[in-house]
Amino acid sequence: MPLQLEIVTAERVVLSEEVDMVSAPSYEGRVGILPRHEPLLTVLQPGELHYVKNGVSMPYAISGGFMEVLPDRVTILADTAERADEIDEARAEQARAKAEQAVRDRQGAVDVAQAEIALRRATVRLQVAKLRRNRQQ
Amino acid sequence: MASAREIRRRIKSVKNTGKITKAMELVSASKMRRAQRNVLATRPYADRLYDVMGELTMRSMGGSSKHPLLQPHPTVTRVALILITPDRGLCGALNSNLTRAAARFITDQKSQGRSVSVIAVGKKGRDFILRAGQKLDSEIIGLGDAPPLVDVLPAATTAINGYSPDANGNYAYDEVYLLCAEFVNTLVQRPKLRRFLPVEAPGNAGATKVDYSYEPSQEDVLDQLLPRFIEVQLYQAILESIASEHSARMMAMRNANDNAKELVRDLTLTYNKARQAAITTEISEIAAGATALNQ
Repeated sequence: MPLQLEIVTAERVVLSEEVDMVSAPSYEGRVGILPRHEPLLTVLQPGELHYVKNGVSMPYAISGGFMEVLPDRVTILADTAERADEIDEARAEQARAKAEQAVRDRQGAVDVAQAEIALRRATVRLQVAKLRRNRQQ
Repeated sequence: MASAREIRRRIKSVKNTGKITKAMELVSASKMRRAQRNVLATRPYADRLYDVMGELTMRSMGGSSKHPLLQPHPTVTRVALILITPDRGLCGALNSNLTRAAARFITDQKSQGRSVSVIAVGKKGRDFILRAGQKLDSEIIGLGDAPPLVDVLPAATTAINGYSPDANGNYAYDEVYLLCAEFVNTLVQRPKLRRFLPVEAPGNAGATKVDYSYEPSQEDVLDQLLPRFIEVQLYQAILESIASEHSARMMAMRNANDNAKELVRDLTLTYNKARQAAITTEISEIAAGATALNQ
């Protein structure tokens, strides 16, 4: 029995595919989901999500969201989702530096809150990209 | 009658304007199609969220959640209006329709003794509010044709924070309304006003009747979900307004183009008549001269 995985953001459907296994950073820690999992609705933490299909693992960087699990279907409602090999490491590093700077400067509560979110996103992106590079080597 | 040269100059200038409006029509047509695609692309996310929210509000609290964003305030004295308009003009009556609807809303609320503050998305709306001397709480301008979600979040955050109690349990807004250009079809776009906060719980329409287990808890999931739901609703309204703007501009430019063509036709006729008259005069002058010589 296959598992239908859908990753959706507010802007687009990122992925819709039949997979064998999904591993996601849920609120309580990393969870692995196989077909016939019990129905679950969880908040996701920023981190790496990957799915396995035909023995090949594909990582995505997500920055928080929700996951709905049904026995034959997993829907990820992500704030942002990027395929790990689409991440431009240099740009992510730049974004992280900029966000860090903004957090340090502390100008206006709204700006700081936004910068903190940006910082977390950039950090996740970098982590996932590095993980992927290490695996390839 | 104007001289032939003057008419020729006018024909040329009208033709040039026609070229510009034609180009703007084509550009708007393609931008409109893209904007419509962007609106459709948000549907899967919004629909899923809606379903899950229906599920949560139904199940956990027997239909009556205590979440502050779902609760109406007992008395309504301060109202906020999120006004979504284009940044630019040249889109027919769209802007004036929107600002007129906004003015009517503000007058209506004030006659009920409520104060109105505006969260403006789009330059035209902001300028209108400033000109009218109304209270402007926050503004987002320069969103472009396909804004990412993060660019519109400040407006949603302002609305959510204003509706939620502050440290002393006071509210900045008791109700939040949203006014945007509804995209009915390519020909028709009209202002649409609706209540934005408190959130209307979806009821059991979306309930899937599955017994989920929740992490961390139902209340916490709802807590995180509601702001997302509000954000994506605002995002959709903004994208729809962008589609409306482009289709209104496309129609305005098509009309301008038709007018230009008609004007050129009329002017060409006048020009030919003037030319013909000049030739006739010239011939009769020569003929008259020749006759005079022969005599």
